[in-house]
Amino acid sequence: MIKVQGLSVSFGAVQALRDVTFEAPTGQITAVLGSNGAGKTTLLRTISGLKAPVGGTIMLNDHSLVRLRPEDIARLGVGHVPEGRGVIGEFTVEENLRLGAMMAKVNLREGLEEQYECFPVLGERRRQHAAKLSGGERQMLAMARALIAKPSALLLDEPSLGLAPLVTAQLMQTIHELCASNNLTVILVEQNASSALRISDQAVVLHLGSVVANDAAGVVANDVNLRQYYLGMVG
Amino acid sequence: MDPFLTSRIVSDILSGLTNGVIYGLVALSLVLIWRSTGILNFAQGAMPMFATYLGMGLLSYHLSYWPCVAIAMLAGFAIGGLTERVLVRGLYGKPEINPIVVMVGFLIVLEGVAAAIWSTLPRGLPSPFSSIDWQLGGKPFALSDFTVFEIVTALVVMTAVALLFRFTKLGLQLRASALAPEVSKLLGVRVGRMLTLGWVLSTGVGTITTILVASNFFTGLTPQVMDGIFAFGFIAAAVGGLESPVGAIVAGVGIGIILQFVGDYVNSNAIILTALVILIVSLMIRPNGIFTKSTARRV
Repeated sequence: MIKVQGLSVSFGAVQALRDVTFEAPTGQITAVLGSNGAGKTTLLRTISGLKAPVGGTIMLNDHSLVRLRPEDIARLGVGHVPEGRGVIGEFTVEENLRLGAMMAKVNLREGLEEQYECFPVLGERRRQHAAKLSGGERQMLAMARALIAKPSALLLDEPSLGLAPLVTAQLMQTIHELCASNNLTVILVEQNASSALRISDQAVVLHLGSVVANDAAGVVANDVNLRQYYLGMVG
Repeated sequence: MDPFLTSRIVSDILSGLTNGVIYGLVALSLVLIWRSTGILNFAQGAMPMFATYLGMGLLSYHLSYWPCVAIAMLAGFAIGGLTERVLVRGLYGKPEINPIVVMVGFLIVLEGVAAAIWSTLPRGLPSPFSSIDWQLGGKPFALSDFTVFEIVTALVVMTAVALLFRFTKLGLQLRASALAPEVSKLLGVRVGRMLTLGWVLSTGVGTITTILVASNFFTGLTPQVMDGIFAFGFIAAAVGGLESPVGAIVAGVGIGIILQFVGDYVNSNAIILTALVILIVSLMIRPNGIFTKSTARRV
């Protein structure tokens, strides 16, 4: 479980997050939704240690993550797939996966086979440079690279960005299955609210850095005001 | 004995090979820093020079050759690590010109301090092996025990570095830290440590090279001992590709042999001109270097 309490983050005079509080339970997907500039990416970057908060706490089960370095947070079992995927284009698919597996106490061969089974296209392209993969394949690689370390929590930042609707639907289904089969704590940041709400258990809606809704995904999906004013969903 | 073996052509090839492996080692040390931190180190000749003075200076205190080499290597590692931590760490992410200016300044400082401490007069180092050319059928053959030692050392270092980057976890982390530091951190890589290690390894390779150069009977150790060699090594790194350890050595050897022929058959004054022409033509045809597949990040 990831528990965020009273989290505030600033970029100079600009406050990006104000007193954000929510819980992301184990084995469930928590969607973080909101328009551009709502603070979604900043929230994930703060949880994974890339940005220091000015106040508040972040707990991963019993561990406080505040003031830890990103590499230490990763070693505690938090996998972060950043916006734009963050695969290393100069590395082959397999080198990207080897890098992901490096810090975890997992058998590399078994880990690779597991990911190739889950994402068969990566197995077929294991010797190819990541730069030559399509957008969807890169997203799969980024997720496989995070999953190979057997994380207990997975932070996904805009995984559907730039993907075709069909690929997005498949990806969301994969995220849903992975969360259930690995008992993961997933925090899913998305602009594509309808896709995210379809697979999520909880939803947190951010607006200008503040939480405006924190409820079950079904409740948020059916709230006309939230849909219209904060999620840009019509009908 | 086949007279071809002692001919001028074979002699030039072997002499060029001996010079070329030195250029290749300098290029390799530049590649090491580039691949692990994305910085071109213009003090790459001066830092190992300083370490070599510190280690080999102990010869004056009746320490024998190999312990002095070991101490010089340790000094090289320490200088590399300290330089990264103290001087370079704050330069990451800054405009590309910043590290270049700082490292050129550091080169000048190191050479000045070395001159003030040890003087600019060449200091002869004993050679661990004979520098006298071998004889074939009573004629000189352009190899000696020492030049063979140089070539073998270069091959061993090159192989070790290539294996490190290609097949080890450490090599993968070094490359990842340079290419994508933020992503590497998110995967648990201790990026700061990797950056320091890149400089440690690079200065170690540079120190081996400087000891080989200064142990040559005709050179000796001076504060500027690596200046000219650094220029040819830099050209080799650019021609071979800053991402490629193998490219660094192959280009270094190639340039060494070409320049030897130019010096012997054309004019020794044409050597630098030829090196620059090689650089320009190479950058026009293959801007990323002959052996680099990936796109250039910054120059």
